[in-house]
Amino acid sequence: MAAAVRLSRSGEIFGHTGISFARAAAGFALGGATGFVFGLLNGLSHTAERLFDSTFQMIRNVPHLILWFGIDEQAKLFLVALGVFFPIYLNTYHGTRTVDPGLIEMGRVYGLTQNELFRHVILPGALPSILVGVRYALGITWLTLIVAETVSASAGIGYMTMNAREFLQTDVVVLGILIYALLGKLADMTTVWLERRWLSWHPAFAGRGVEAQ
Amino acid sequence: MVQDCVEELRRVSGAIGGVEVRVSHVAKRFGVHSVLADVNLDIRPGEFVAIVGHSGCGKSTLLRLISGLDFPSEGGIEVDGQPVNRQLPETRIMFQDARLLPWRRVLENVGIGRRGEWKSAAIEALEQVGLAARAEDWPAVLSGGQRQRVALARALVSRPKLLLLDEPLGALDALTRLDMQRLVEQVWIQQGFTAVLVTHDVGEAVTLADRVVVLERGRIALVQRISRVRPRPRGDANLGEIEGEILARLLEGNR
Repeated sequence: MAAAVRLSRSGEIFGHTGISFARAAAGFALGGATGFVFGLLNGLSHTAERLFDSTFQMIRNVPHLILWFGIDEQAKLFLVALGVFFPIYLNTYHGTRTVDPGLIEMGRVYGLTQNELFRHVILPGALPSILVGVRYALGITWLTLIVAETVSASAGIGYMTMNAREFLQTDVVVLGILIYALLGKLADMTTVWLERRWLSWHPAFAGRGVEAQ
Repeated sequence: MVQDCVEELRRVSGAIGGVEVRVSHVAKRFGVHSVLADVNLDIRPGEFVAIVGHSGCGKSTLLRLISGLDFPSEGGIEVDGQPVNRQLPETRIMFQDARLLPWRRVLENVGIGRRGEWKSAAIEALEQVGLAARAEDWPAVLSGGQRQRVALARALVSRPKLLLLDEPLGALDALTRLDMQRLVEQVWIQQGFTAVLVTHDVGEAVTLADRVVVLERGRIALVQRISRVRPRPRGDANLGEIEGEILARLLEGNR
């Protein structure tokens, strides 16, 4: 507690949290967007699937890629993006592929264009899967970020915590861990909220969403 | 006489009418497996035809060919003189499962694929099937029978001239099925579209259809005309007799 008060008074804690949060957000956005796009692409097109799918699985098994990027800011971003990419990619891909073919056929009979078919049938059908990917990816975001910041950084919560460890400031170490936990929880709550909102049609997610409408 | 009765009703109610369907020398093969062979069937505008047969006899395949979802290996299908080489906008299908979009509310499901001012027409269609009160519900909270009624409303909202029914009542309980049969017959009389019903329930076929076509191993084995006044009472002796004959034919053919 004392550590929290001391560090917030000096503003240090906000600076570190802000930097960590920005890194997480940027890495998540980058990895999430590419994962989402390629997931859709490979889910919809067999050609794209043949071209990219096994390539991605290959990259996944080469963790040493990080050596290319060294240990600077870029590397942290890359590490987070890579970690986020796969859960989002795989779940988007799987979700797009497993949309009920009966519904797609119905859409064709009832005169939907390709564009409408995607917007009204395929995307909403894949959404539950995609959100599972998002939730999983958010966990990975924080995990990889902690590792990256702990290994090498000159700012961020990971840096703050490692630094504190060097000086035996146990209270700051605990504070760092708490902040990480809090941020992780916050991110998870956001996805749950999104699930409630976007999947209110789904009996399993409805919760209070149905009455709210 | 009977036909005159229905036509008179339609003339009075200003029905839109149906299309003529002509199936000539149609064969369909999947690989080496032959599903339909030399099927010929002419359906008059506004006629109600039921196709019955064992599972795997090709009746659903024939329906898919008429709908334009699939194409024959040989022969041709014409709707009002136009060869069916795509899904025609005047054709609508009701599937065995309702196939509602679970993420769209009932009203939006009914209006799917409609352009422009579709809401009032969708509400009207829902009223026709007696579900206007459920317009803002999710499909997940409806019963099986209600979902099929929504699917029927969805098919009706575009005022189809050809309605293809692919065992749409097969999964419903007996009482709901009777209600649905009456509803289908009612809208068929009102709107005057041509209807083709695929079913394994001979009783249903006899109750609803002007003609019952028995399909056996991909060929038409029997065409039975039924001219009884509508609505036909359940348990009618005459109809029961016809039903018995068709059933006997089906069982015999299976041997």
